[in-house]
Amino acid sequence: MNNKPKIGVYVCHCGMNIAKTVDVEAVSEFASRLPYVKVARNYSYMCSDPGQQLIKEDIKNEGLTRVVVASCSPRMHENTFRKTLAAAGLNPYYLEMANIREHCSWVHENREEATAKAKKLVYAAVAKVRLLEPLEEKEVEVEPSALIVGGGIAGIQAALDIAAAGFKVYMVEKTPSVGGKMSQLDKTFPTLDCSACILTPKMVDVASHPNIELMTYSQVEDITGYVGNFNVKVRKKARYVDINKCTGCGACAQECRLAGTIPSEFNMGLGKRAAIYLPFPQAVPAKYTIDKERCLFLTRGKCGKGPKCIEACAAGAINFEQQDEIVEFKVGTIIIATGYELFDPAKKPEYGYADYDNVITGLELERLVAASGPTGGEIVIGKGEKAIVPKEVAFISCVGSRDESVGKPYCSRVCCMYSAKLAHLVTEKLPDANVRIYYMDVRAFGKGYEEFYDRVRREGVRYIRGNPSEIFKRGDKLVIKAEDTLAGRTLEDEVDLVVLATGLEPRQDAREIIDILKLSQSADGFYLEAHPKLAPVDTATDGVYLAGCAQGPKDIPDTVAQAKGAASSALILLSSGKVKVQAQISNINEATCRGCGYCVEICPFGAIDLVEVNRMGNIVQVARVNEALCKGCGACAAGCFSGSAQQKSFKDQQILPQIAVLGAMK
Amino acid sequence: MSEQFEPNLVAFVCNWCTYAGADLAGTSRIQYPPNLSVIRVMCTGRINPLFVLNALQQGADGVLVSGCHPGDCHYMEGNYYARRRFTLMKDLLEYVGVDPKRFHMSWVSASEGAKWKEVVETTVNEAKEVGPFEQFQRNKINW
Repeated sequence: MNNKPKIGVYVCHCGMNIAKTVDVEAVSEFASRLPYVKVARNYSYMCSDPGQQLIKEDIKNEGLTRVVVASCSPRMHENTFRKTLAAAGLNPYYLEMANIREHCSWVHENREEATAKAKKLVYAAVAKVRLLEPLEEKEVEVEPSALIVGGGIAGIQAALDIAAAGFKVYMVEKTPSVGGKMSQLDKTFPTLDCSACILTPKMVDVASHPNIELMTYSQVEDITGYVGNFNVKVRKKARYVDINKCTGCGACAQECRLAGTIPSEFNMGLGKRAAIYLPFPQAVPAKYTIDKERCLFLTRGKCGKGPKCIEACAAGAINFEQQDEIVEFKVGTIIIATGYELFDPAKKPEYGYADYDNVITGLELERLVAASGPTGGEIVIGKGEKAIVPKEVAFISCVGSRDESVGKPYCSRVCCMYSAKLAHLVTEKLPDANVRIYYMDVRAFGKGYEEFYDRVRREGVRYIRGNPSEIFKRGDKLVIKAEDTLAGRTLEDEVDLVVLATGLEPRQDAREIIDILKLSQSADGFYLEAHPKLAPVDTATDGVYLAGCAQGPKDIPDTVAQAKGAASSALILLSSGKVKVQAQISNINEATCRGCGYCVEICPFGAIDLVEVNRMGNIVQVARVNEALCKGCGACAAGCFSGSAQQKSFKDQQILPQIAVLGAMK
Repeated sequence: MSEQFEPNLVAFVCNWCTYAGADLAGTSRIQYPPNLSVIRVMCTGRINPLFVLNALQQGADGVLVSGCHPGDCHYMEGNYYARRRFTLMKDLLEYVGVDPKRFHMSWVSASEGAKWKEVVETTVNEAKEVGPFEQFQRNKINW
């Protein structure tokens, strides 16, 4: 049958997307005259039900044995059409696609040139398809557990959903507590829910759920394997506190010689902590951790006559001998929920963040208004005699958002609303204060957001359209230089406090996960989803999903929705219990293999071994592919000296005809 | 030859980065010259240097190999193999009398649609500079 294939070619109009620049009639007419082509048709939407029906009927009535679909990218619809073939009883790998949309009609204007190129691409696909071989899709069992990287609200929600469905969840959080950025917020827009009140129950649930194994102060070191069968290696960093013994009483922190001297990360440096600390009162787990970068005993080997924390701890939980621990486990699926960082406003020196104490960020103000914050919820700037309660308060939006000059062309999606919320909280706490917000545009797009924006303006918050050019000091006051672009005049505004609405940016350590899992980044540096619209929680790596701000700036409702989406995707894998693995893997012809072992050396996955076989009475070594480990990159096929290693569907003899057509057709 | 010479170029690109980047150029409607046609492989590590010679032999005026940025390979190391192979290849081509302007290697990620356009334009323009390539040709479609 291989000698006389019957090929069907289907040229898609994609509405006008292809037909506008490519003469689809001419392309199908051209295809009908190509070798082995039995039928060539064009149709408005090949991916539609009637379009697929056309293919199915031709397979049955015309006895087609190979199919070429000339339409969009195979990254888009290869699976769709493979299923079409399978439904008609043909092996799904007898399909080749010619990408005449993304690589042709959408990128070329000249109809004649685009049509000529489409013909070439179709010809190349025909040349290849006739030599394709049937492949078998193997299924592997899915390990019934999930890894969630990141313990913020995204990771928490995904973990709770998967655990509730009855599957084991391993949650790995880098810091000593779960909760993430949301735990630092006082109130949430637009409902003014107390952030802690809605978050802490979920944090507690994560820690107490029987299906969730929580690893805080831990880091993913390595992940190998593939969808359904990932091997995960996690480093549990030494806390120097036995969390089984620690009761969270806090006596150690009170006695620590460095108590009240180390800037608290949770309070954005506005409060101070000890070297042994609980990040915040509601931290989960409520277990203390020793900061090994700061602890006198760990950095200098000496702490007075002996570490006071040891004496203070009635439970005997302090253990300076503790070592990092490496744990390994298997999971079937992975959700990346590593969150974001805030833009460093020092990169906009004109705003004086590094120079003036009364230029602060939104999150710093958040800590000031929070009852659990360093000032007990009072908005006070500075300490002691110099402390002031601000009367004139200005917010500046889009600091590190929509700003090409600092490499942040995107909108961070939360700053407009968190500024509005903080402005409301300031007017609530300081009724005499005059609050204004300098803005470019107000983006109040979510449910209830526009209403909240209206409310804040009714409460007396003034919105001034224009981005300040400079902030400088005059006496005790800060002067904002700006242009009110609506009134068309420049102004100098004397204020006591400037709040910078800093944008969201990818984590500095985003590369760690990229290196481990081979994820891609989008242009803004956040992790790239498989498709911006139709696969927003998937990644290019099967079985790995994204949740929350790791994928791009998001507010809490969107983060939770996406986390539930990621959990649902993960659950599809987990509950079906089986997954199809890559069929286009490598194969080695043992009859011609000379056993040199070069492929063994270059295989990135250790999927090839040398084995001894009996070749006509002689014991010789040949290379053999472990099909469960092969991921189908084809490195062995390019490296093999004898052509014995070949990648299925990408064999030399299948690619060379494509080259021949594209090289020769002018 | 009154009309301007329009080179015929073949590109070998990986599925995960450059092919996706070229797709993004498409969805973004970024326009570039039609002289280059793409052959998709899963990884640049799959690209046998003989493919490049074969393309030149079959009539291509130039060849492009493009994949993930070093460090970003979907298969961990494939693009490192490609980088080594094709660095040598470029020297070898020059040695046998093929102008280096006929062979290009680039890294285009899935989010670099605009860079793909630049790469295609450079490849096309440089091939135009050096004119038709006839040294290796067989002059017929041979498969």
